[in-house]
Amino acid sequence: MMDASVKMDAPFEHSLLDESPMPTIGREIARIDGPRKVSGAARYAAEHFPEEVLHGVLLRAPVGCGRISLVDATAALAMPGVLAVIRDERMIRNAGDFGGDAAPVQGVEEVAYFGQPIGLVVADSLERARAASLCVRVSFESQPGVFDMMAARDSALPPTDDIFGLFLIHTEQGDVERAAGEAQALVDTVWETPSQNHAAMEPHASVAIWKEGRLTLHGSYQSPVVTRDQLATVMGLPPSQIRVLSPFVGGGFGGKLGVMPEAVAAAIAAQQLGRPVKVVMTRQQVFETTGRRPMTRQRIRLGANSDGRLTLVQHETITDQLEGEVFFEPAGLATHLLYAGENRVVDHKVVRTNKQLAVSMRAPGEAVGLLTLECAMDELAEALSLDPIELRLRNEPKSHPEMDMPFSSRALVDCLRQGAARFGWERRNTSPGQMRDGDWLVGHGVAAAARGNLFGPSRVRATIQGDGRVVVETEMTDIGTGTYTILAQIAADLLGVPLKQVEVRLGDTDDPRSAGSGGSWGATTSGSALYAACAELRARLAAAAGACVDAVTLTDGILTAPGISRPITELVGNGLSVEGATEPGESNRRFNQTSYGAHFCEVRVNAVTGEVRVSRWTSVFAAGRILNLQTAISQAIGGVVFGIGGALTEELVHDPRTGKIVNRDLGEYHVPAHADIPAIDIQFLEERDLVANPLHAKGVGELGVCGAGAAIANAVYNATGVRVRQFPITLDKLLPGLPAIAE
Amino acid sequence: MSWIEADSGAAVTLSVNGTRHDLKLDARVTLLDALREHLQLTGTKKGCDHGQCGACTVLVDGRRINSCLSLAVMHQADEITTIEGLGTAHKLHPLQAAFVAKDGFQCGYCTSGQICSAIGMLGEWRKGWPSHLGDHAGAASAIDAAEIRERMSGNLCRCAAYPRIVEAIEHYAIHEGADT
Repeated sequence: MMDASVKMDAPFEHSLLDESPMPTIGREIARIDGPRKVSGAARYAAEHFPEEVLHGVLLRAPVGCGRISLVDATAALAMPGVLAVIRDERMIRNAGDFGGDAAPVQGVEEVAYFGQPIGLVVADSLERARAASLCVRVSFESQPGVFDMMAARDSALPPTDDIFGLFLIHTEQGDVERAAGEAQALVDTVWETPSQNHAAMEPHASVAIWKEGRLTLHGSYQSPVVTRDQLATVMGLPPSQIRVLSPFVGGGFGGKLGVMPEAVAAAIAAQQLGRPVKVVMTRQQVFETTGRRPMTRQRIRLGANSDGRLTLVQHETITDQLEGEVFFEPAGLATHLLYAGENRVVDHKVVRTNKQLAVSMRAPGEAVGLLTLECAMDELAEALSLDPIELRLRNEPKSHPEMDMPFSSRALVDCLRQGAARFGWERRNTSPGQMRDGDWLVGHGVAAAARGNLFGPSRVRATIQGDGRVVVETEMTDIGTGTYTILAQIAADLLGVPLKQVEVRLGDTDDPRSAGSGGSWGATTSGSALYAACAELRARLAAAAGACVDAVTLTDGILTAPGISRPITELVGNGLSVEGATEPGESNRRFNQTSYGAHFCEVRVNAVTGEVRVSRWTSVFAAGRILNLQTAISQAIGGVVFGIGGALTEELVHDPRTGKIVNRDLGEYHVPAHADIPAIDIQFLEERDLVANPLHAKGVGELGVCGAGAAIANAVYNATGVRVRQFPITLDKLLPGLPAIAE
Repeated sequence: MSWIEADSGAAVTLSVNGTRHDLKLDARVTLLDALREHLQLTGTKKGCDHGQCGACTVLVDGRRINSCLSLAVMHQADEITTIEGLGTAHKLHPLQAAFVAKDGFQCGYCTSGQICSAIGMLGEWRKGWPSHLGDHAGAASAIDAAEIRERMSGNLCRCAAYPRIVEAIEHYAIHEGADT
């Protein structure tokens, strides 16, 4: 079935991308799906209208822990247009997450968290279903639950699962206590980060259609095939009996990885009622009934010699999660490898709480872990009277500080140096609280960025049609990341056809299975599978032309080789189709693969009100080959702004009596708005990572958020002299410590 | 029972992008749901249904509104313009083209609202409507990035294409916007 495969067992020395006569890769190429998106023609999940479609509204639990004792649907069922109030043991209690085909926790009689789904009201219009959902009477037996992680933190235990070895639960080396005793500079602090919501602009939505025993589901999913497989398990069906379609996804950020309650409810309702059913989550349901980034309490202890060399790196995280769930926030991920130092402990523990499922959110681990590590480095630099950049340079490791392995590529030092020059770091404020501009205190901050680069199995089918047009098909998604465009570029460059002649079809589980969008690996895995397919197509074209493939050049639809010039349309017959694949190999075990960067920012803090404004920003990144400079910069900006939100405004507030998310909408959960964001200066350094994949590229999508918030926190400290260790840094936390108003 | 009274359909005529539509709608149907569910004009997006995100922004008689906060039956006599009325994928409005050129979006879900909002916002600017920035009120001069940011802050973008949205709007306002 599969025709060509790339397994990364050794560095991939020569990439065909470097040989393209007219490369599109690396340039700023406008999105090929752009015209459809800006004109409203791109159809997202809820925007399908099968005949006779019904509308479902989820019923949810208004208690945090307990058991349903009575459901009275009499009044609801008597309302006009209402067809059913469905309560089915197959419905899922917890949202799904990335992690195979196992069903999320099912059963909606027990209540494990506030807002949990407990049923679905179906009617012939949205308005009727919504009204009826308010008239279903549900009684509960409340039970005591655990709603306050900080209060229950003594019950924290090690996580039960290391997530395929990706999340290291506990590592240690050397003697941290002795190192702490001997350190000439020591920072030992405790930090808190709150729960957060992904808040993708498109709410989760599904339209379920059964036809001749097969279920088609239009859904908003980052990995349609994971969604399909989990849904198959939930429904007790073979996966082949389900097709999930997600050609356009209105943002994900980790919040749309596994199957979600609305998809299961829609599938069950459509099956039971014999008509298509559409279930669109309300924004409040997205906040309460999908997943969240969990809160953390992090202790960090850094020790150094008087010359600024780290002797001690200790990072202990407590986070929260529902009972029985395996994901945990791996806040120490980057701490393992960012800096040298011989005595080390990185540890994670989990408190089991009755709060909404904790899941991956953009850069799980690094996003919150670097907040503390990079702020602690700032504090250590001050304790040592060192420039914070110089402290980082002095602790640059030559190889992985905890494992006997080299870095595949690592340009942190270059990122710091070039960013410093670009930003004008030498003109920064060096005395906390001392730079004033009228009512505003001005400060500058720096922080490093790091995000692990992953590789996994992915498949893509590439076809050169008889007319010379190229079609690329894979179940992979484009959640705003640029997949459509990047895959078209790779095919265009490797097959020598104009970009306009490439059509990319995504998000259909009937097409070859991809690794999905998540963990910043979408472009590199699907792109490498496409690379394999195109390499095989080149070989077949060469054979058809009687040429040696190494001597072949493909440009503008023409194959040329010494003594040969043939249009590819003459070589493909009725069409030539190849399926390419990737699989991880030894290179993932032999090398640490990580993308790096450095953030620099200026903030202005109002000396009267404590309001924080970000006024200037520069980030420099190195992430291997950049496939499309335009979409890569957009992703980097997006990551940085995610970090700004995390540092300054974003916090899910849980009611400590019930776990209920109090600020469950976009009016009260504050994601950054236009006025919060200045121009963001982004630079990518030239880099090739030969170990990573045939594209020589590393992940970009999550890198921007990593460390961004720490740069802000450090700048706020630099502006005010106030160090806030409970994120987000809101003005109430700054006000008590601000310098006197009078100058 | 109030919902039963509301439920009896009302005859509504909506004029959308120059086309008249005679509909019978539940009185509770919002303008947003009328566009999306009844006319299948799905370019207008539902992000929050509470007027908090701006994804549903359309132009009603040239003014930008959150269509989720307005009932369809309130718009009998109005001319409604949605993203589909500005341009098509094959014949983009200059502002739509600027969004593509500047990469003023990623996932694309807030984009229709950003674009419709920007058209309305530039109309407000030309009429001299003040903003929170205050001292910039007055429409003789070209709009600047700070005013765009302030006036576009009702349109959230979680992908955070903000700097590039501002660039796209600024580019359009300078190069194309004078006669629209």
